[in-house]
Amino acid sequence: MSKPSLTDVILRRCPVTGLGVDPHAERFIKLHAVVAVVTFLVGVVAAILLALTRWQAVHLLPADWYYRLLTAHGLNMLIFFIIFFEIAILYFAGPVALSSRLPAPRFGWLVFGLMVAGAVLVDVMVFAGKADVLFTSYVPLRAEPPYYLGIILFAVGALLGVGHFFAALVVAKREKSYEGSVPLVTFGGLTAAIIAVITLLHGAAVYIPTYFWSLGLMNMDPQVYRLIWWGLGHSSQQINVAAMVAVWYLLAGLTVGAVVLNEKISRWAFVLYIGFISMASAHHLLVDPGMGPAWKVWNTSYAMYLAVLASMIHGFTVPAGIELGQRLRGFVKGRFGWLKKAPWSDPGFSGMFLSLLIFGFLGGITGVTVGTEQINIIAHNTLRIPGHFHTTVVGGTALAFMALTYYLLPLIFRRKVAFWGMAKLQPYVFAAGITTMSMGMTFAGVFGVPRRHWDISFSQAPFTMEFPPAVDLLMALVGLGGVTAAIGGLMYILVAVKSVFFGEKLDLERLEPRMAGVPQGVAKLPAQVHSGPAAEAVHEGGTPGTVVLVFVFLAVFVLYYFTNWKLLSMIWKIG
Amino acid sequence: MEWHTAVVSPRGVWWKPAGRQERLWIMIAFAWCMVLFAMMPFWHLKGGQNPSGIRSRVETKAFAVRVERFIQDYQVGEEAGIPVVAPPPGSDVYLQATMWAWKPVLQLEEGASYVLHISSLDVNHGFSLYPANINFQIVPGYDYGLEITPNSVGEYKILCNEFCGINHHQMLGKVIVVPPGTTAGAVGGER
Ligand code: HEM
Ligand SMILES: [Cu+2]
Ligand SMILES: [Cu+2]
Repeated sequence: MSKPSLTDVILRRCPVTGLGVDPHAERFIKLHAVVAVVTFLVGVVAAILLALTRWQAVHLLPADWYYRLLTAHGLNMLIFFIIFFEIAILYFAGPVALSSRLPAPRFGWLVFGLMVAGAVLVDVMVFAGKADVLFTSYVPLRAEPPYYLGIILFAVGALLGVGHFFAALVVAKREKSYEGSVPLVTFGGLTAAIIAVITLLHGAAVYIPTYFWSLGLMNMDPQVYRLIWWGLGHSSQQINVAAMVAVWYLLAGLTVGAVVLNEKISRWAFVLYIGFISMASAHHLLVDPGMGPAWKVWNTSYAMYLAVLASMIHGFTVPAGIELGQRLRGFVKGRFGWLKKAPWSDPGFSGMFLSLLIFGFLGGITGVTVGTEQINIIAHNTLRIPGHFHTTVVGGTALAFMALTYYLLPLIFRRKVAFWGMAKLQPYVFAAGITTMSMGMTFAGVFGVPRRHWDISFSQAPFTMEFPPAVDLLMALVGLGGVTAAIGGLMYILVAVKSVFFGEKLDLERLEPRMAGVPQGVAKLPAQVHSGPAAEAVHEGGTPGTVVLVFVFLAVFVLYYFTNWKLLSMIWKIG
Repeated sequence: MEWHTAVVSPRGVWWKPAGRQERLWIMIAFAWCMVLFAMMPFWHLKGGQNPSGIRSRVETKAFAVRVERFIQDYQVGEEAGIPVVAPPPGSDVYLQATMWAWKPVLQLEEGASYVLHISSLDVNHGFSLYPANINFQIVPGYDYGLEITPNSVGEYKILCNEFCGINHHQMLGKVIVVPPGTTAGAVGGER
């Protein structure tokens, strides 16, 4: 895609995408992705046991191990798996997407080493029972000091990794490895990276004092801790959103040649994420005693919901780009011919599209609703909360990353995707499981069922307390959906591990359409650039299918949102 | 015109006006975001449920003393070793969270208003009133004073829905809502 340059000498020219790949960048993509999968495995094993414990009829784990594995699950999934994968994505979105060299390969080892050392230290402390504080570690709950040190090491590593990405952008620009502006995918990666800096600075501001506090050297105010901790905790979710949206754009382009409707609009939408992120910590403090209503209203709406607006924009431009891409490939029949004829058996496509649907319809709508100042009164710390975020960061981000893996395997690892039949099925199993579990959690939460709770039968409490029988059914859905999702997760791990370590080598020069183990976008990359009268004609026609989709979405959103106000209005008066 | 995917570097001027459908969607989405925003101040003005409260810092020791005095003033009985307290309508009510108990048991009147002060003496706890499904974060060192008006007679439970240590799931309290006028016998009652 760019002209040969000096750096070409050290780069491998990818025969499929035409991108120049620095072997060092490639190595770090591999390393970070492999560790991500290992931490995901730890998280999935914990998840099965947690789901089978919350399913009250099974109630598998003893109390101490439930809380310990809940801690391990939160950390290994939300922090280690996601961030290791994101650093891998930054190596792609920087040097690879720009066909440039990695500025400092040795520095890459430092980043990797710090992150691994931090993660190992944290996991050792957690599994040794020295940090039963859940991943939020709200003071004055106290873990042993090395736990906080582990988090700090990991965060410093990640921060340096982000710095390396910025350096790669500078080098690419200076050495003119690309012409024009950076591609949208890189812009999305840049967005995620900028938010990551904001996030990790909050992380330093909270974990370094907490480390000293754990050593008995200083005081920590519990409310201030919550405020700054969520400056880290929520902004990091915005990294995940930005990275996920970038992956949507990337996969949409690779799988069906989805076009960017309008570069200006899509980039503005990313900029909105950056502008209004650090306010989002308010989401978690809506029913806290430390802050007043004006602060809550302004901050939780991220300054009038401009970040939500950004997501709603991407929620249009991504499917519309896919629709146009499909129409340009000749699938022009009716409103939805493009959708019916989409490559549903390409896990890179199905995973991406399911991620889009789950994130939008379930994650986005529930998130905005429970994150409304007053509605939070009927949702805070109930199972509605994990019900919500398992449809954003899991059904959305994690699933998008899985989908991307099916393209990384052939393009970066240069291996066929192993267990191809299973790989094709995997996104559906994972999506079905997560959706079922999250629905179970969300509706159980409406009855007031708490999250982070070992025994909702209250067998050892001073009073008796029973939830209605419907809750038993919903918790069974949590259990069954959770196990299904975990099976989907294990399928992913099997495919990834087999392909990477024992997979069949793939010669990208010798590809045929419809090869087993090769996603169709790799076997035959759809056209990435369109022009001429035929393309003009397709653009004239617009995206009638997507228009229907987004209005259905809006209708569901409005209905769910106002139903919740109605529910709220029925409880006691509170002020 | 030329169109490309998101992996292609756009060349030349890409700062172009949005398409018709895209523009329409952005306008609708923006309007909807304004509705989302406006609902919150609107509910502060017209709605009956807001998490505002009277918020202040409080020393944990001072709060514990205040709870004891409250119990002495209005205690009417005991259940499962926890004092049952029936404060007069309109009064300030104190509820203390510790690992792993809510103290005292409250007896309130339907339709009467109280200012419910909740705080923790040790770690974070979660106030979750079942089956009304009312949830607040309880942070040590902070007094959350919420004006509440129970709207139906019955027995309510207070769950803890913030992890507060190994016996977190045993932490269960109780609120009894009685018909109006039933608290008459309590000491220091004011009407
Ligand atoms: C593989 C399928 C997964 C299943 C079956 C699953 C299941 C669960 C369950 C049952 C809980 C406990 C809820 C509670 O009792 O309060 C939980 C909590 C959680 N999960 Fe997952 N999960 C999965 C994947 C993930 C992923 C991929 C992430 C993050 C990227 C994630 C992030 C979390 C977080 C942050 C919590 C809350 C921990 C806490 O409350 O301290 N989960 N999950
Ligand atoms: Cu508690
Ligand atoms: Cu608790």
